[in-house]
Amino acid sequence: MKQKHSLLRNNGFQTFATSILCIILGLIVGYIALLIIEPSGAWNAIINVMKNFFKYPSAAARMKYFGSTLAKTAPLIFCSLSVLFAYKVGLFNIGAAGQYCLGMGVAIYMAICLQCPWYLCLICGILAGALSGALCGVLKAYCNVNVVISGIMLNWISLYGMNMLLKPAMDPAGKDTYRLVSKAKQAILPTLGLDKLFSNNQYVTIAIPLAIIVAIVVWIVLDKTKLGYELKATGNNPNAAKYCGMKENQNIILTMILSGGLAAMGGALYYLSDIEQWNVNASAVPAMGFNGIAAAFLGGLNPVGSIFSSYFITHITVGGGNVDLSHYCAQIADFISAVIIYLCGFVLFFKTLINNHLRKSEERFTAKERAAVKAADVKPEGGNK
Amino acid sequence: MLLLIQYTLIFASVLLLVALGGCVSEHSGVINLGLEGIMVMGALGGALVMKFLPYPGTPSFLMFLAVLGACILFGVLYSSLLAVACINLKADQTIVGTALNMLGTALATVAVKSMNTAMNPDDHSSEIFYGKAKRAFLTTIDKFELNWFMIVAVILLIVVYVLLYKTKFGLRLRACGEHPQAAASVGISVFKMRWAGVLLSGLLGGVGGITYITAGVSTWKFENGVAGFGFLALAVMIFGAWHPFKIAGAALLFGLFRALGNTYQGFDFLKAMNIPSGVYNMLPYIVSLIVLAFTSKNSAAPKAEGIPYDKGMR
Repeated sequence: MKQKHSLLRNNGFQTFATSILCIILGLIVGYIALLIIEPSGAWNAIINVMKNFFKYPSAAARMKYFGSTLAKTAPLIFCSLSVLFAYKVGLFNIGAAGQYCLGMGVAIYMAICLQCPWYLCLICGILAGALSGALCGVLKAYCNVNVVISGIMLNWISLYGMNMLLKPAMDPAGKDTYRLVSKAKQAILPTLGLDKLFSNNQYVTIAIPLAIIVAIVVWIVLDKTKLGYELKATGNNPNAAKYCGMKENQNIILTMILSGGLAAMGGALYYLSDIEQWNVNASAVPAMGFNGIAAAFLGGLNPVGSIFSSYFITHITVGGGNVDLSHYCAQIADFISAVIIYLCGFVLFFKTLINNHLRKSEERFTAKERAAVKAADVKPEGGNK
Repeated sequence: MLLLIQYTLIFASVLLLVALGGCVSEHSGVINLGLEGIMVMGALGGALVMKFLPYPGTPSFLMFLAVLGACILFGVLYSSLLAVACINLKADQTIVGTALNMLGTALATVAVKSMNTAMNPDDHSSEIFYGKAKRAFLTTIDKFELNWFMIVAVILLIVVYVLLYKTKFGLRLRACGEHPQAAASVGISVFKMRWAGVLLSGLLGGVGGITYITAGVSTWKFENGVAGFGFLALAVMIFGAWHPFKIAGAALLFGLFRALGNTYQGFDFLKAMNIPSGVYNMLPYIVSLIVLAFTSKNSAAPKAEGIPYDKGMR
């Protein structure tokens, strides 16, 4: 009894439990939506979404598609780290989508048009995103512009800007940019032999271990360093932080630079692995940045948690492509992740519920105990005193 | 030139409607970042009516009323998701707003796609075509296409102004955005007022959504959402200092820049400058960033916006 209580009281466990609850509720809502569309195949469809690569019978194929899912998880981890990092400092970096886009665009441009090696493409991509983040931060710090709104504006500016920049890199055969394999082999990320582990899936590159390393670095910076402490203090109470001599404006700008750089790193790494090409007529900001928000909150705003939540979201998004397309559409996965984020807004509410319940049952317990003690006190002929 | 005016007015109407929605909600104390999603849902409601009501066959006015009713219904219902989460369950308004934006687009895409596929198994698009039905509420006066929703926008502007500044309800609503505890101490139900604010913003956002998709195009791909217009409207609202008439002025300015992107090819001197179309697409967003940089310093925002109401707090 007591052990269960202490486990439930543990903040980390509560976060984990509420995340799982959000996922389950999200899947149920998704299932209901599928039932409404076409009842007969709904169960199969939701199973397909969850199965993703497990649907392949041969182990080699499973490994290969597992590799692809991991390759798509890496940029999402970066985006969720970007959102998470800024959120810890009290800033909501919805501009991650635009910074991701900048990282992608600059990296591809340098790779195809300037024929630069991969590390140069990557660094310049990160710098572009960091710059955009810095602009957001400066506007917030000195002009008091709401970061959410400036972030959205920068998203669209980045999207149209990158579309213009990448026009010369477009493959005339389609609307996408050239495949790096055909035009810029030097810019493809090294695999370090990781591809061998995943049935020679050439898209499994250093991006994946890099994402995990960066997640751990972010965790260390936020939780174990003075800088992280200062940044979090600024987020929790800017006035108190200022009073203690922390430079509030400088911290805001620094946070946004790092946050922007993280998102851009995701974009650059993803497109340098050549798994996907950019459509230069794209009329929508890449969803990766927004999914990053989902992953960050689902992961309980913990860098290590966001590795797992990013994987889960990528898993169901990729799995969404497996549904029976004669009745359903792949966007059902986006729908499920959107429901999950909506529910993540309730995390505080869920936690309060748990804590209230705990407090009440504990009060009842101690009341009983006290009554028992009293009874025990009274019973021995009332003659102790 | 006439085309530019026409597009300016229609885009300004969209921005005005949605910005008014944001304004009402913020005056009650809830930041409505979900306006984008609400617009999508309103647009979906209106588009469905236009798809399924036969036209010609339905009288124009009836068609107009049905479309208006549907987008209001969808907008209000959808905004209640925000209200439940942010008012009753005290959720973080930024997260919920963002979630509603993603959910709006995803929900509309799934709904339209599965509807299209159900009607024709080979059709996997997320488009609704409403070119014919749209003509029910377009009046052409000497080449100028008057969209009835422009008039709706003007009427709603006046209604919102009167409601906010000339009625008891408006005073109470604004009190809840400035100092909810003080409002509660004189017997105003803060929860009810905030619910009213959010639902009204759902109504205005829904009408804005249908206005947006009937502006110039006759088919809409729901995968694209509404291209950041909900957020542009929030910029308009900040630029307009949370006041209906100033918002109207700001909406005209932003509408002009947005309209330039659609019509710049009609101007010889703009065409001669040979600026790529991407620049025109970026223009409204760049302008709003610059404008925000200069106007956000002395913010006239309601004091208590964004903070969940807690009875025990002072």
